[in-house]
Amino acid sequence: MSFPWAKHYAPSNGFTKWIDERLPLPRLVYGAVGAGYPVPRNLNYFWNFGVLAGAALGIQIITGIVLAMHYAANGGVAFDSVEHIMRDVNAGWFLRYAHANGASMFFIVVYIHIFRGLFYGSYKAPREMIWLLGVTIFLLMMATAFMGYVLPWGQMSFWGAQVITGFFSAIPVVGETIRIWLLGGFAPDDAALNRFFSLHYLLPFVIAGVIILHIWALHIPGSNNPTGVDVKGEQDTVPFHPYYTAKDGFGLGVFLFIFAALVFFAPNALGHPDNYIPANGLQTPAHIVPEWYFWPFYAILRAFTVDFLFIPAKLLGVLAMFGSILLLFFLPWLDSSPVRSSNYRPLYRIFFWLLVADIAVLGWCGGSPAEPIYVILSQICAAYYFAHFLIILPIVSRMERPQPLPNSITEAVLAKKGGTSPAHTALSGSPVPAE
Amino acid sequence: MVRAIAILIGAGFVAVLSWALFWSVEGLITEPPAATAVAEFHLHPKEVALASNGLLGTYDNRQLQRGLQVYKEVCSNCHSLKHVAFRDLTQIGYSAAQVKKFAADWGTKAKQFDPKSGDTTERPNTPADYFPTVYYPGQGNPPDLSLITKARHDGPAYVYSLLTGYGEPPAAMLKKYPDAKTPDGLYFNQYFATLNLAMPPPLAQDGQVTYLDGTKPTVKQMSADVSAFLAWAAEPNLPTRHGYGLAVLAFLAFFTLLTYGAYKNIWRDIKH
Repeated sequence: MSFPWAKHYAPSNGFTKWIDERLPLPRLVYGAVGAGYPVPRNLNYFWNFGVLAGAALGIQIITGIVLAMHYAANGGVAFDSVEHIMRDVNAGWFLRYAHANGASMFFIVVYIHIFRGLFYGSYKAPREMIWLLGVTIFLLMMATAFMGYVLPWGQMSFWGAQVITGFFSAIPVVGETIRIWLLGGFAPDDAALNRFFSLHYLLPFVIAGVIILHIWALHIPGSNNPTGVDVKGEQDTVPFHPYYTAKDGFGLGVFLFIFAALVFFAPNALGHPDNYIPANGLQTPAHIVPEWYFWPFYAILRAFTVDFLFIPAKLLGVLAMFGSILLLFFLPWLDSSPVRSSNYRPLYRIFFWLLVADIAVLGWCGGSPAEPIYVILSQICAAYYFAHFLIILPIVSRMERPQPLPNSITEAVLAKKGGTSPAHTALSGSPVPAE
Repeated sequence: MVRAIAILIGAGFVAVLSWALFWSVEGLITEPPAATAVAEFHLHPKEVALASNGLLGTYDNRQLQRGLQVYKEVCSNCHSLKHVAFRDLTQIGYSAAQVKKFAADWGTKAKQFDPKSGDTTERPNTPADYFPTVYYPGQGNPPDLSLITKARHDGPAYVYSLLTGYGEPPAAMLKKYPDAKTPDGLYFNQYFATLNLAMPPPLAQDGQVTYLDGTKPTVKQMSADVSAFLAWAAEPNLPTRHGYGLAVLAFLAFFTLLTYGAYKNIWRDIKH
């Protein structure tokens, strides 16, 4: 589905006509990310981050494929093969730093993308399916990133794998058996390293597949917008191309600039020095910490320090950590407010920013050693995290009195920018105004 | 229904976390974490001025060559450098012939297995060989140094601080923490994570090596030189990376400017 005024693909010459009759792929692209997709005219820069996430995935896949040509997934040589890439492979240092920092950039843009969805209510009807697929992508990303971090086979790789696979041993009765089965041994070793490598290569393509579904689902209702008000007519939209391709091009430039600054001038700033020490199963690092993008969840895991009734603390921590992400699947039904954008939700808006601060503090705690003060902070913030989604949100969405919504996107735009003549369409004439 | 269940589950999580929080606070009050000598006397690395510092850092080949000399004459008795090959030394200003001679003269010879006799024999190192493995029989476990400046926070500064940081335990520390006495066979160093390490002060006196370029070999100078050399050993591509980085950022700045112009141009008649 699309809006009735969406432009239709018209092959311009004999060749494209020939293609279109046999495999209408250009038609599909035209409708998906071309001039055939009408998009609200008022999207702000936060709407750049979906495209940026796609670009980040593309960069990870390309650098990753080349790295895999030089990497050896064997406990005896994995660490050395990474050093071989760094020193002897042509531009190997660039590929590896781009891949390692690319993961961080991917998570940065995806986190901004998710928070944009939370702020503007992009998960609400009729966009629940887009949200569900997005959370699925997030889970797949986490699995992929974790397994990728194990591959260099440094100290944090090994002990990270030990900790994460240890989650499964929290399952009552069969946990330890499942952990050994998943690892292919009693501790992470060749068997684990090989299967992680195999899955690390596979999952990005699964992510790409789910992204296609994510975009497909997006094209049914069309994009949300900062007012959260539905598109009412042609005057509310502009074609994706050239308007948003141009805007995304600019966003991509800024993204690549920051990315390159990181890769070329601070490539190890986001990593942990211990991962330059080869894996050693007999020497536990002083502080085992995951990569920064897992810190909030790691803090939630470690917040559960005492058994509750008959449930061991470890099981509670693991349940809470997975629960903290899985609860996002229920978000569209926890928030019953019909108003999407937080711009018109005075009460929810406060709690949204509290949540952002809460997750930032959780991240800080997760990256710090498990000292009492950080544990206490984690416990307070983890409690708020669950309270926010499971208690505050359902209640706030019931009792809140939203501010008046604009009648349409165009009205909101003109009210903000001023304008005497509300044009009949957003475009005055041709898609690219003539000089 | 969904919301009612959610509120119940949420209340459950909050209850469990409050229970845990209660015991954390109780523990903090009844048994506050004891002050330790490490927490009080461990020092962060001190600054060392190296050419490789900073965003545009590069390497000073003369300093790297002096550092190589310190590594060869002092460090290499116990520490290996297995990720560095002799051929890599051409990057720090040696000619191919010099590297060939340097490799051939290296004390530990390359091992080679003779499949005919089953014996292991030795041959001189060639530029293609990596710095040979070092077998260390003494106490402790000397780490390989190829990546040491990347495997420690503030890498080169840490190496420099450690090398120049040996000394006697402060009287104030021993008075406050009698248990913090340095165990036999270990050496006190405030820059080491646990304050005591098995490595004796490797650079104990000025003039331990004789520099060919006439630089005065003070302990500080030798420590700075070998820190610079190890920084190179860990990240030999640093100057290339910084050079490319500037070009890439200049291009991307231009590219971003163009895309911004295109964006503004295309949207100029649209209020948004």
